[in-house]
Amino acid sequence: MIDQIMQTLFGRLTPQDFVHDPIMAGAGIAMVGALILAIAAVTFFKKWKWLWQNWITSLDPKKIGIMYIIVSIIMLLRGFGDALLLRAQQVVNDANGVEILSSDHFQQIFSAHGSIMIFFVAMGLVFGVFNLILPQQLGSRDVAFPFLNSVSFWLFFAGMIIINMPLVVGEFSNAGWLAYPPLSGLQYNPGTGVDYWIWSLQIAGIGSLLSGINFFVTILKMRAPGMGLMKMPIFAWSALGSTALIMFAFPILTVTLALLSLDRLIDTNFFTTTLGGSAMLYINLIWAWGHPEVYILVLPAFGIFSEVVATFSGKKLFGYTSMVLAIIAITILSFTVWLHHFFTMGAGADVNTFFGIMTMIIAIPTGVKVFNWIFTMYRGRVRFTTPMLWFMGFIVTFTIGGLTGVMMSVPAADFQFHNSLFLVAHFHNMIVGGVLFGVFAAFTYWFPKFTGFMLNERLGKMAFWSWLVGFILAFGPLYILGFMGAIRRMDHYDPSLGWQGLFIVAGVGILFMGLGVLFQLAQVAYSIWKRKEHAVGPDPWNARTLEWATATPPAEYVFATIPTVTTRDAFWQMKKDHKTNDRPEHYEDIWLPKNRSEGFIVGMAALVFGAAVVWHIWWLLIVSLLIVIVVLVVALTRDDTEKRIPAEEIAREELRRATV
Amino acid sequence: MRNSKKRVSWRVAQVVISSLVGLAIVGAFVWATQGRDMPVLNPKGIIADQQQVLILITVGLGVFVVVPVFILLFAIAFRYRVGNTKAKYDPELEGSKVLEAVWWGIPLIIILILAIITAISTHALDPYKKIESSTAPVKVQVVALQWKWLFIYPDQDIATVNYLTIPDNTPIELSITADAPMNSFWVPALAGQVYAMTGMSTKLSFMADAPGEYRGASANISGEGSADMSFMVRSVSKTDFSHWLYKSSYSPNMLSWDTYEKLAQPSRGDGEKTYVVTGKDLYNQIVMKYMDSGSSSQPHTNTQTDHTMNGMDMSGMGM
Amino acid sequence: MSHHSPIVDISRQKAEQETLQRKSIGFWIYLMTDCVLFATLFAVFAVLRPGTAGGPSGADIFDLPFVLVETMVLLVSSFTVGLGLLAARYGYKRQAIAWLVVTFLLGITFLVMEISEFRHLIAEGDGWQRSAFLSSYFTLVATHGLHIAVGLLWMLVVIIRLIRFNFKHTDLGRLSLLSLFWHFLDVIWIFIFSIVYLMGSLS
Repeated sequence: MIDQIMQTLFGRLTPQDFVHDPIMAGAGIAMVGALILAIAAVTFFKKWKWLWQNWITSLDPKKIGIMYIIVSIIMLLRGFGDALLLRAQQVVNDANGVEILSSDHFQQIFSAHGSIMIFFVAMGLVFGVFNLILPQQLGSRDVAFPFLNSVSFWLFFAGMIIINMPLVVGEFSNAGWLAYPPLSGLQYNPGTGVDYWIWSLQIAGIGSLLSGINFFVTILKMRAPGMGLMKMPIFAWSALGSTALIMFAFPILTVTLALLSLDRLIDTNFFTTTLGGSAMLYINLIWAWGHPEVYILVLPAFGIFSEVVATFSGKKLFGYTSMVLAIIAITILSFTVWLHHFFTMGAGADVNTFFGIMTMIIAIPTGVKVFNWIFTMYRGRVRFTTPMLWFMGFIVTFTIGGLTGVMMSVPAADFQFHNSLFLVAHFHNMIVGGVLFGVFAAFTYWFPKFTGFMLNERLGKMAFWSWLVGFILAFGPLYILGFMGAIRRMDHYDPSLGWQGLFIVAGVGILFMGLGVLFQLAQVAYSIWKRKEHAVGPDPWNARTLEWATATPPAEYVFATIPTVTTRDAFWQMKKDHKTNDRPEHYEDIWLPKNRSEGFIVGMAALVFGAAVVWHIWWLLIVSLLIVIVVLVVALTRDDTEKRIPAEEIAREELRRATV
Repeated sequence: MRNSKKRVSWRVAQVVISSLVGLAIVGAFVWATQGRDMPVLNPKGIIADQQQVLILITVGLGVFVVVPVFILLFAIAFRYRVGNTKAKYDPELEGSKVLEAVWWGIPLIIILILAIITAISTHALDPYKKIESSTAPVKVQVVALQWKWLFIYPDQDIATVNYLTIPDNTPIELSITADAPMNSFWVPALAGQVYAMTGMSTKLSFMADAPGEYRGASANISGEGSADMSFMVRSVSKTDFSHWLYKSSYSPNMLSWDTYEKLAQPSRGDGEKTYVVTGKDLYNQIVMKYMDSGSSSQPHTNTQTDHTMNGMDMSGMGM
Repeated sequence: MSHHSPIVDISRQKAEQETLQRKSIGFWIYLMTDCVLFATLFAVFAVLRPGTAGGPSGADIFDLPFVLVETMVLLVSSFTVGLGLLAARYGYKRQAIAWLVVTFLLGITFLVMEISEFRHLIAEGDGWQRSAFLSSYFTLVATHGLHIAVGLLWMLVVIIRLIRFNFKHTDLGRLSLLSLFWHFLDVIWIFIFSIVYLMGSLS
């Protein structure tokens, strides 16, 4: 009787689920401790109201962007810690019976590492940069749907909490970052791990899908007057490609995760080994999303580097039209290559040939972009600032990654690379050297825009060199290990193979990258501390695009009057025409969205929903779902969603900023 | 004056530090790779040989793009550095039809060449293709279990666990399935890998050049003991192989369906074992285990296992 | 609104117009992503259809006349929601409400019929657990049903607002999006009817 009540109340949650091994418990306690400390600090400094009004309920994309970036940085540290543990286990390799991680724990950690790095670091950083830069670069005050933007962020946040919950209660998936069935099915994985994985990704993924639609419409409909598509900054073009991919790819992920979850919850037979289910179907579906996902992440990085290289060469981007064509080509082609992730499934030579060749074809527009970037420096005045160093590092690592990618696109050769550490080295080459370096460049480049002071250059350069050395040491050995026949995801190996040395080198590489992270943290802290010395005006880099035409830091309304655009590099043109200090004769009222708490509430209810599904607590599931529905109905029928900023106030504020 | 001296010495220090770091990196790689075997680049079988050639051709073609990229990157960045006021500055330069045509064109040609190579090699090295040889092939049926490999010699009624003995210079024709989560069968010195999946039978052929021991593994995680799923392929002379067969046929271990089911229970660190097969048609039974009655409408039953890919119906979806 | 100058109100109206336009485009794009979602489910259905695992195939279980009635109900509801929108455009509020109520009732009828069909199948032992084919069938059809349920909730909100408040152009905007959604679900159903039911019964 009591058992029954407990089961109704708590589903399959029992006190034992809170018991963890020391490493996980440590991480869990640290996380909960940090949370408690943060709550205590906010209470002590009486900042709850400030937090609620200025951040949690804010619909200002500049603030939402900063929240994305903060969450992503914390998750980067988590994913980084995971990587350290994985490599430590492989270096020690159970020698003398010393087991840092059990096999199961090792597998949970690499699954978490991959999922977190893709969904909560790379995606989060990309959305953060979109929020901060895109509207301003297009000459707009806001995104197309500000409330939706808040919902997206809080869904992302909810997914992030769910993926970290196993540190405290239950276990995480041990099936890798894409959780292939049947390993991820009920038959081999009856615990909570895979459910955590599914619902974390599902909730964050829906947020991403909504964000994709939001930014796509923003780019199409919110551009400043005169900014035709072919006058858009190339970053906006890359965001257009990226969001178009999100719109086409993420619904596939939503379905795939839902079907896997149905298999686990109500005994359907989509991906089971019996009763007609097909695991191969899952693998096709997940990569039909997964490959475009790679380009969803890397296209924005391409855009960032296009802005960076033009600015620091003091010159127009080389081959704008080629760049646009390349982005469009990559966007379309990225949906035609997914099968190259499993040439080894036995699909037959004709099919493999087709997908192999399609994969190689993507290398052409990508190569064109690389040459255009390099030639942007041609007849320029190249300043080797930190963002520019990241650019140089990116070209080197990305070219190597491109070469190894083409090597694997030949199916018969891929049979020797597939699922080996060679593959692991390749995609880290693309995602660390491409996406992460891109976001680092973006961070140093746009930081002064939002703060009014620069990041310290010397610490930034030290961070870059640590990262570069770390990168070579961490991933170079993996290529060689691949040639040696070392597979990915093994928690131990026969010591007589002589692989340990390379794992040690790779481990040292991670330490160097960690040093880079420390330099970056120090850079931010030091720059904030010495912000007076690092203070700069609104255009510290002599930049080219519209986001630099606004005050630094930008006002809430960003543009007092929306600029009219006549050419590419609109701000550069304004500077040439000496129009940057022009002021209109009179200002008009500006309407901005009011704060909304519904986004936060929906996110929190989604978090509860996710936890309820994982633990089979059905009453909680119904309650949280009802909350989501009711809040959304209320939110979507509200009419008075905007506040007016009177013209007089704008005039006063603009005058104040002009005189400072 | 003093400032510029300081700058010069800082420059020198930079050069020294970076050369030291560079040397240390190279040293680390040399230390860690010295004398280690790289089966992918040091193949011992006819298939892996061709795959190695293919890899080298790809790298060779790639070099035509990578080397110019590196040279141009550093040359242009150096030449047009901000300090070099002698270099021409043209902030309005926005492209060049000729140059852009060159870097749309040259990669296109390279990819075209590579595409032709791909089309030929993918068919030539199709794992389902049998190796032509005057020697009669040896058939082996491979079953991935949690967490060990079972090899059945159907014509000899012998089975082994976690090792595979093969005659050299003889085509080995493998049929591969799983009674476990998905695995991938990979012996890098002999041939590239193919997936092992339940209810399906994939194929692979290889042929060892000479006697020797070659390591194999499962390249796909299949649960807790995945890392234990390595095995040894022992290539021996044809006479030694007959000898081994003869010896094995006196093994006290019998493999019937019952003993198979015990063997298929999850276990780690099993070590090597040899069986005499008494069960009939064991491999097909293992495949059919996942083909419930009446599901013969599935595209991949055992009778037509070649190139099974029911997921392929989806091509074009998501477009 | 009295403290605003008339110029401001014009600019405000323009801004609201633009918001509405954006919402309309955003909604079209959302529908497109929903298309991808259904396309994926159709692909899954197509792949798993042969996977009956010895259980029934479509021909064994589909009651075509019943589904035809279901289809007609939904088609008619698509027509009535159009009439409702038309009435609203011309400002006939009571007519608009009446047509929406009719649509709502037809939608409920459709859902009830679908659920009774499901219950019948489950009672016969042909639930989603039986085979991959049935899993994909139930999921595809139920996902459409779920969309219908969301549409009904939306319709209910619109009806209540129409009854309680004065008619504003934002309401018209919402109503046209709703009718768009409803037509979209109709089109999806036509695909389900032809691919799942018709082709399933024939083979």
